[in-house]
Amino acid sequence: MPQIQQMSEYLTSQVFWLLVFFGFTFVVVGLGMVPKILGTVEMRDNQIAGDLAAAQAARDAADAEEAAWRTRENANRAAAQGVIGEAKAKAAAATAAKLAETQTRLDARLAEAETAIAAARSSAMAEIEGVAADVARDIVARVAGANVEPAAAEAAVKEVMAHG
Amino acid sequence: MKQFTIEPVAGADWQLADGVGIAFTNSALWMAVTALLVTLFVAGGMKRSLVPGRWQMAVETMTGFIDDLLEANVGKAGRKYVPYIFTLFMFILFGNLLGLVPLGLIPHMHAFTFTSHFTATGVLAIMSFSIVLIVGFWKHGFHFFSLFWPSNTPVFLALPISLIEVVSFMVRPFSLALRLFVAMMAGHVLLKVLASFVIAGGSAGAGLGVLVGVPSFVLMVAISALEILVAGIQAYVFALLTSLYINDAENLH
Repeated sequence: MPQIQQMSEYLTSQVFWLLVFFGFTFVVVGLGMVPKILGTVEMRDNQIAGDLAAAQAARDAADAEEAAWRTRENANRAAAQGVIGEAKAKAAAATAAKLAETQTRLDARLAEAETAIAAARSSAMAEIEGVAADVARDIVARVAGANVEPAAAEAAVKEVMAHG
Repeated sequence: MKQFTIEPVAGADWQLADGVGIAFTNSALWMAVTALLVTLFVAGGMKRSLVPGRWQMAVETMTGFIDDLLEANVGKAGRKYVPYIFTLFMFILFGNLLGLVPLGLIPHMHAFTFTSHFTATGVLAIMSFSIVLIVGFWKHGFHFFSLFWPSNTPVFLALPISLIEVVSFMVRPFSLALRLFVAMMAGHVLLKVLASFVIAGGSAGAGLGVLVGVPSFVLMVAISALEILVAGIQAYVFALLTSLYINDAENLH
């Protein structure tokens, strides 16, 4: 086992050169480079944390903006709904008024027409009575050869018509 | 066992002081390669761009891994140990993995795993243990000795418990060093033994070659994959245990 056989011969050499090269590595790499590399990592971590925080802040701001917009939008929509409802009510009232006016006019014309019809009917009735009385007188004159007074004929016709 | 032999590559007679030889060996060479590759790997991730590329991502994953490890085991105070634990982890990881690179395919080249020498792992373990001691006594003074007396221990148990705690505390650097050294060496020895089966089976004839060599080779492939896993796990365990020991010193109960 050379480790033991050569120990006394090379012990000082081993210790010396290990201290030299380990010391070199410790000073150059351990003390010189490692803190800078750790610093770079830390800088990057900080940057990432900062960027994430900024992104979060921006997101929160956007959320708040959206919420405000939504409130505004809802208010606008409610106002619009109110205007529409008002217009609807106005239109309905106008329609109702027009309808009522038309109805009244129609009713008046209807009544007028009915009165005219009734007048026409009664005048027609009177004419029919007159015609009937004349006819009755003619019939009586031709059949019985008697001359009946118009007034008597009229009365007789009236009596008959009243009985139906 | 040739693969564990230390040989001077240059300066076989270099001396720090009289009798203190510091020959530049193959072990030292691989430590140098490890240091270089770790430096290159981490330097490749130094672009510091906001959107990382693949390489930067890989390096940041590694540093983040160690950072999380210390955060989980030591807490906020653990951050100041990231440079040390990261260097430790990467150094052991690259050392382990470099030993598995099949450089032997190239003539006259041999991979060497310096983490399979307890002289090397021992230095790493003693460094970690020293940091625990220094931090512990620096922060808590002699109060650090209360580490050996777990809270809510009944008085009559204080002596045996603290004896056990002292022993387990003092064993830490040895277990730390030996675990890594043994794991690395065992894996390499196992591969070596199976490789010798392949060679011996093949040279004993076609029949034995198929009977012994092929299964051994299949097993070698599987164990090589396992060794790559072990290389990572042992580096992780070393870093994890060091951070746990530092936690004892940092957050004394």
